[in-house]
Amino acid sequence: MTTRLALAAAFLTGVALLVPLSRDAQGQPVKGTGFIDKPNADQIAFFEKKIRPVLIENCYECHSAEAKKAKGGLSLDTRDGFRKGGESGPSIIPSSPARSPLLLALNSKNKDHAMPPKGKLPDSVIADFETWVRMGAPDPREGKAVVAKKYEVDIDKGRQFWAFVPPKKHATPTVKNAAWVKSPIDAYILSELDKKGLTPVGDADKRTLIRRVHLDFTGLPPTSDEVEAFVADSKPDAFEKVVDKLLASPKFGERWGRHWLDVARYAESSGRAVNMNYPHAWRYRDYVIGAFNSDKPYDQFIKEQLAGDLMTSSDPKVKAERIVATGFLAIGAKTLNENNGTQFELDVADEQIDVTTQAFLGITAACARCHDHKFDPIPTRDYYALAGIFRSTETCYGTIRFIQSNKPSPTITLPKGCGLPAGTDEKLTADGKARIEKQIEDLNKQIADATDPIRTIFPRGQVQLLRSRLASFDDAGDPKLLAVGVRDKPAGKGGPGGPGGFGPGGFGPKGGFGGTNIIADSPVYDRGEPNKASATRVPRGTLQVMSKSPLKIKNGTSGRLELAEWIASKDNALTARVMANRVWLHLFGAGLVPTADNFGAAGMAPTHPELLDYLALQFMEQNWSVKKLIKTVVMSHAYQLDSKNNAKNYDVDPDNALVWRMTPRRLDAEAMRDSMLAVSGQLEEKPPVGSVVAKAGEGPFNARGGFGPGGGGGIAGAINDPRNVQRSVYLPIVRDNLPEALALFDAPDPSLISADRPTTTVPAQGLFLLNNPFVIRSADAAADKLMRGTTTDTERIRAAYLAFYGRPPNEKELTNAEKFLKDYAAQLTKDRVPALRQQRESWSVFCQALFASAEFQYRK
Amino acid sequence: MLSRRSLLKGTSSGFGYLAFAALANEQAARAAEGTTSTITNPLSPKKSHFPAKAKRVLFLCMDGAPSHVDTFDYKPKLNADDGKTAPARAGRFGGGKLLGSPFKFKQSGKSGLYISEVFPELSKQADELCLLNGMHCDLPNHPQAFIQMHCGIFQFPRPSLGAWVTYGLGTENANLPGFITLSPSGGNGGPVNYGSSFLPAVYQGTKIGRGGFGGGGPGGGAQQVANLKNPKQTAQQQRVELDFLQSLNQNAQEQLDGDAGIEGLIGSYELAFRMQAEMPKLMDLSKETAATQKLYGIEGGGGGPGGFGGGGGGGFGRQCLLARRFLEAGVRFVEVNVGGWDHHRDIKTALTNSCNNIDKPIAGLLQDLKQKGMLKDTLVIWGGEFGRTPTSQGDGRDHNSRGYSIWMAGGGVKGGVAHGKTDDYGFEAVDGKVHVHDWHATVLHLLGLNHEKLTFKHAGREMRLTDVKGNVVKEIVA
Repeated sequence: MTTRLALAAAFLTGVALLVPLSRDAQGQPVKGTGFIDKPNADQIAFFEKKIRPVLIENCYECHSAEAKKAKGGLSLDTRDGFRKGGESGPSIIPSSPARSPLLLALNSKNKDHAMPPKGKLPDSVIADFETWVRMGAPDPREGKAVVAKKYEVDIDKGRQFWAFVPPKKHATPTVKNAAWVKSPIDAYILSELDKKGLTPVGDADKRTLIRRVHLDFTGLPPTSDEVEAFVADSKPDAFEKVVDKLLASPKFGERWGRHWLDVARYAESSGRAVNMNYPHAWRYRDYVIGAFNSDKPYDQFIKEQLAGDLMTSSDPKVKAERIVATGFLAIGAKTLNENNGTQFELDVADEQIDVTTQAFLGITAACARCHDHKFDPIPTRDYYALAGIFRSTETCYGTIRFIQSNKPSPTITLPKGCGLPAGTDEKLTADGKARIEKQIEDLNKQIADATDPIRTIFPRGQVQLLRSRLASFDDAGDPKLLAVGVRDKPAGKGGPGGPGGFGPGGFGPKGGFGGTNIIADSPVYDRGEPNKASATRVPRGTLQVMSKSPLKIKNGTSGRLELAEWIASKDNALTARVMANRVWLHLFGAGLVPTADNFGAAGMAPTHPELLDYLALQFMEQNWSVKKLIKTVVMSHAYQLDSKNNAKNYDVDPDNALVWRMTPRRLDAEAMRDSMLAVSGQLEEKPPVGSVVAKAGEGPFNARGGFGPGGGGGIAGAINDPRNVQRSVYLPIVRDNLPEALALFDAPDPSLISADRPTTTVPAQGLFLLNNPFVIRSADAAADKLMRGTTTDTERIRAAYLAFYGRPPNEKELTNAEKFLKDYAAQLTKDRVPALRQQRESWSVFCQALFASAEFQYRK
Repeated sequence: MLSRRSLLKGTSSGFGYLAFAALANEQAARAAEGTTSTITNPLSPKKSHFPAKAKRVLFLCMDGAPSHVDTFDYKPKLNADDGKTAPARAGRFGGGKLLGSPFKFKQSGKSGLYISEVFPELSKQADELCLLNGMHCDLPNHPQAFIQMHCGIFQFPRPSLGAWVTYGLGTENANLPGFITLSPSGGNGGPVNYGSSFLPAVYQGTKIGRGGFGGGGPGGGAQQVANLKNPKQTAQQQRVELDFLQSLNQNAQEQLDGDAGIEGLIGSYELAFRMQAEMPKLMDLSKETAATQKLYGIEGGGGGPGGFGGGGGGGFGRQCLLARRFLEAGVRFVEVNVGGWDHHRDIKTALTNSCNNIDKPIAGLLQDLKQKGMLKDTLVIWGGEFGRTPTSQGDGRDHNSRGYSIWMAGGGVKGGVAHGKTDDYGFEAVDGKVHVHDWHATVLHLLGLNHEKLTFKHAGREMRLTDVKGNVVKEIVA
């Protein structure tokens, strides 16, 4: 009841917030507001005669100091109270009755919005109010509003926050030890160290350096030959040659693409309550890997992921690639058992806002769904400006109608001649097709004959699975080329905000999910509740704090392309910084902004703000080339520092925030697993086509071979298959069922957007390395490789050290290893293991110990 | 206290873990200069600052923030004013519509504590409970509040409560982690909530199973500790391997002149090795009598090793029973996580379901601890990251960090007591206010630890769980 006016007033068309009222508006003319602050006698008379009596009669009971009430935070007994409005904003837009929440409430036919609650005022009285507002709401009443305004987002103040101020050029700092400086980066680093009286440690030796750069660029250790060649190359450009070679390697994309997939919360299933497969998600994975390998300019990479479908190209290959890129917006976790269509649509849009603002801008705009952002200058209005864009977009993620899964969507057919492979090489023969059709017929009969409706649930699900299987092949029996992604909804009659915009959508077998079905602006939803839409809608747009002017959206389009261009612009203060910071993070183990996930007020300020600006500007100047940015960073002296501890520095800066050394760190999950495969000679270097999930097809993830429920077989078995020798980036990523080798070593939950991974050290990891079949198989293979290539123990130990650690063993280590081999064989003899098996067993366990050792697991 | 520096020195000058432990002891003793130190390894039991009331902690963590006004904070005026407008002083909820509790409250036990009908079994244990009805924390946002509940502050990475307790007291069973967390959520900061941050990694919580939707933790099967058995090695063979492995690690540690991560790695391998023998025995719930299993609401009396995933069949009861077994075996801090308390919608049905799931197991747990004589020195804590609004959000409730309830039992707290209160509606704590820092200080106090003295030097400062705040709630200490 009481919030009616507030609801009606809820977030205006923008004017009021773009021009926030000064908190000290009382008695002072407020520039640009349109309010009359020094009313003339006629205006005063009009107010006293026509307006004030009505307010006293009808409004003060709930909205005045006298009544000690200000429902919805709105008091109407002072000029100040009127203009500041209630919790949901000002009640008047001067000179514009049609957009003034006060008039909307007076005119409203909606019982929940209408004011006063007792009944509508006579039309003549409402006309007086219109006249008054058009005048500029002259109001002679003095006195401050009694009710304290709730927290209000101050956008102008927000613009001063460092992250929203565009990066600018700074003079390179001068340092005492100029000889140490190899690149401008070093000047910034050294100048901060100087201030704290810290001295950087010495340089990494060549073996450490080549292992570091190999692991950082490709997630794989260098081979013994690569190490020796680098050690032997004494030319000054030896390191640069290695860097260039690695940047050109296809393995580069497999590693840096994986970093992006963390941020893009990449997964091949819907997660949450009913975990349905996304059989086409792998195309997005391959797109990302390809983008990093081809050094696609980052601004273009952004645009393709947000709006690739809206970018024009006549080349079917480019067209297909851009459709696949929009998979970024489609692969999020979804609550497929949600019954409320509006709720579902709002949730999907929310997830898209979340990933878009976090992935590209490092801020959490999704926090503003139910209330203004608590830390950052993002009002709820901005959130719904973005929501309008995504609600005008159709998200095509596939899935089928199945037990509990009631929100399937279409998938997108890729253009003919695009040259992309199918996700499976299976063909559907005429016989196979007939068999499935017969099965469907039988099941339908079963359904028709069932007396108990409960008994129809399972066969109905089966029918859906079979139909989707049929639908995944074309008439010739070849698998269709399908993708997940997004496309614009049709432009509706009346355009944005026009009639029919937000009625219920279609409920076709694959079409619509009960949300909206045309392009339109979104209302604000009070506290995010789907049944509490505001009367007015927010024009589609971006975040005000980072925009100079409202977004100009081309007629009849969602606005995704304009949103993408706004993000991928050199004027955007965050985009280049956020990516430059991630590059730094992956190379140094911590970002210059330590909270890589959060550049907002709740995050941390950069340790080297000027360096961050330098990198951001470099990045943009070099045409957003990620490879060039990486090269710029690794050619610095800072990157090539040793990782040795130093007691004095450690006491002052234990986290190495100032970069007095290279922080040693454990390999991430993928690099660790891939390194084991590489060193043991098992690694399959050729990327697979598709994915295990693609071959399983649509359906619940745990369906056996695509049919029928029940775990164990199908994908569930493939997730942890110890015989899988593909790179980890190609392992099936099913939500809530990450491969053990990844989950145990801190791979992020793919339902979360993660720029930075934690590093935990727990016994469960030790147990994995000591006992898991994958590790044991790898150790066996590594042992076989050693035994094939060499004959004496000493030679084998030496070869192992070179392969595992990239360095030869010293005398002490040789002796220690020889002693172990003897001890282990002795133990085997004691345990009555036949002599014939002892040698291989000993070498296998030797290799396993090396895999499990800190030196192998660490990148120094 | 042993500083990281001395730990680093210790690890980088020894050979193998046992040697490391002995050396760490020597080093620590030398560093302490005259003061006698009994530290033999970083996890071995340590003396508390003063005599402790509680020896171990069981934290039943309700992820999502249960409503206080529907459970332990009886608000007759809220019920009377159901449907009316909340007063303006209720801040951002002023103007919202008050929602009376759909549940009846009744007085229980000799103490006559008011407990809602959603806890029919637990209310029979009312005389054991110490309700803290004046709780408050800093922010009504899940991630921040959840991290604050665990780590004290959320702005920077900090060790979690369990890590601090284990750091302060060590653990009683060298074959098990000192801090175990069952089915923790992957969200709300995930591992941060059982992390050790700047404390040595040995104090990090070991997670078993995983929270969130869907069964199947790592390994895709039942939630249990995976890889507990080597398919081909005997324990003796593995010990020979491990000695070699630790010598390699020792070497790596020396190469870097000390590294906290490798130091943690060395410790975790030793623990992993010992867990192989101990864990399967403990996880085998079939060792418990049918009567005990029934007490915890475990149906059918099954319960082989592990396997409390998948929901239904007394999943939470199994976790509680497993937690008791861990505590009994000497684990210092066990946390049991149960999600799904974020009742924005249909609070009547949703809260009923959530409570049905935990009511009997918790009641059984308290009785079981009592009959084993463990309740007196086991501190049981129940609570979520904040409470919920007395105003409605449709037919549910929104987040409220300004006033909410948790309870503690056993371990030296007064039973049958309600400490603190919120205003007439339950918006805000007004009396006997207990901030998360105060609560943390109190938990440490009950364990015989002075929260101002349990410190660890990091970045030039002596860091504390309670930052620079916290007052022990003396009124509730028995």
